[in-house]
Amino acid sequence: MIDEPGPGMSGSSREEQITDTFVTLADTLVDDYDVIDLLDGLVERCVLLFGATAAGILLVDQRGNLSVTATSSEETRLLEVFQIQGDEGPCLDCIRSSRPVTCGDLAAESARWPAFVPAALATGFRAVDAVPLRLRNVTIGGLNLFHGETRSLPPADRRLAQALADVATIGILQQRSIHRSSILAEQLQAALNSRIVIEQAKGVLAERHGVGFEQAFAALRRYARDTNTKLSETARLVVLREIDADEISRRLPRSDSGPDGASEH
Amino acid sequence: MVTQTGNRGAVCATDEVAAMIEELQFSLGEGPCVDAVNAGRPVLIPDLATPHAVDVSRWPAFMSAAADVGIRAVFAFPLAVGAVRVGALDLYRNQAGELSLEQLAGALLAADAAAIALLSMDVNADTFSGDAAEGADYHLEVHRATGMVQEQLGVSTADALLRLRAKAFADDRPISEVAADVIARRLRFDVEES
Repeated sequence: MIDEPGPGMSGSSREEQITDTFVTLADTLVDDYDVIDLLDGLVERCVLLFGATAAGILLVDQRGNLSVTATSSEETRLLEVFQIQGDEGPCLDCIRSSRPVTCGDLAAESARWPAFVPAALATGFRAVDAVPLRLRNVTIGGLNLFHGETRSLPPADRRLAQALADVATIGILQQRSIHRSSILAEQLQAALNSRIVIEQAKGVLAERHGVGFEQAFAALRRYARDTNTKLSETARLVVLREIDADEISRRLPRSDSGPDGASEH
Repeated sequence: MVTQTGNRGAVCATDEVAAMIEELQFSLGEGPCVDAVNAGRPVLIPDLATPHAVDVSRWPAFMSAAADVGIRAVFAFPLAVGAVRVGALDLYRNQAGELSLEQLAGALLAADAAAIALLSMDVNADTFSGDAAEGADYHLEVHRATGMVQEQLGVSTADALLRLRAKAFADDRPISEVAADVIARRLRFDVEES
């Protein structure tokens, strides 16, 4: 199943972590940045800040579908749980209503979400929070927090989650006028296609080095950070075989590390 | 469209003006459509005369040709599946204005369908039929599996995707099931099957 995040998070206080999160997000927004990088960092942070078991972001893709755009873990089963939400589930409800959806005990909601609840429970999730990515009257997606135990986020945490979702929304829209639907379309489609390139690259690396997707992604991300390259551009270069295989393989986390082996090396 | 060897050319156009402006972009290597293909993202300019966020000075020849034939708005959608780029769907209008949400959705779906159709044509046009709009519905597993197959066979991403599709077609199974087998390492493409 999915590991719980450890209780002590490198010793820093929660206040420091929150500050750090906003500083990191703000830094990201200053430069020429990659929306996928931003969202990827955000879900990672959400797991730490809220003690969630997993986090993910779904975006409305303007064809009328929901697309999984960022997840805190590479587990295929987790991905499936997210993808079911294209048809039903808290994130879809949250996006449709433009309001947060909280479910402190998923087992009690199987009538409401007959496909989502069994899949979520089977993956080890007991509770979920979803907050919308919205700016004024437009909702472009939702942020999902999954919990391995029955719980509800305290009100202060829900406000914090909404604030993080707002930063992500601004990042996606690059603060330009939301009334220009073409800007939104350009940004969303670029993010969605970047996600696909990243998945293709994970497949290449997993196969080439005989590792799991989690490790493949960790190495991809590390290479991108080390070389100050956008994550999506790094992925594209991997897929086009323009990055030396050794450059990636020496950044692979050791195979005995857990699914979150992306931390320190 | 753009072939795997990097050749470019207009495949079809609805009228002579569109055909001319398409050829112009490809022969000059500049313009919104070229940028859409290269970046894998739409380039949407509802008003060429007052482009808010787009630096149109990058395309001097395109801008002057567009002005000559009275084009006021350009909407270029890449035909792309991740790193696979097969071309762009380009819409031109002689009036300024945003696409409506319905028009936008329609264009995106048409671009998905065209991407898959063009991809298939590269290899074996009569092998595939029907559901060309499937591309947008691919789950992320399909793209992971594409990367794995690409590495197994030492082929391009486009060819790997085609092999996955052909396998699904031959076995009469959804491509997502074939992809799940590849990911679970129950199926490899580099071993001969009996």
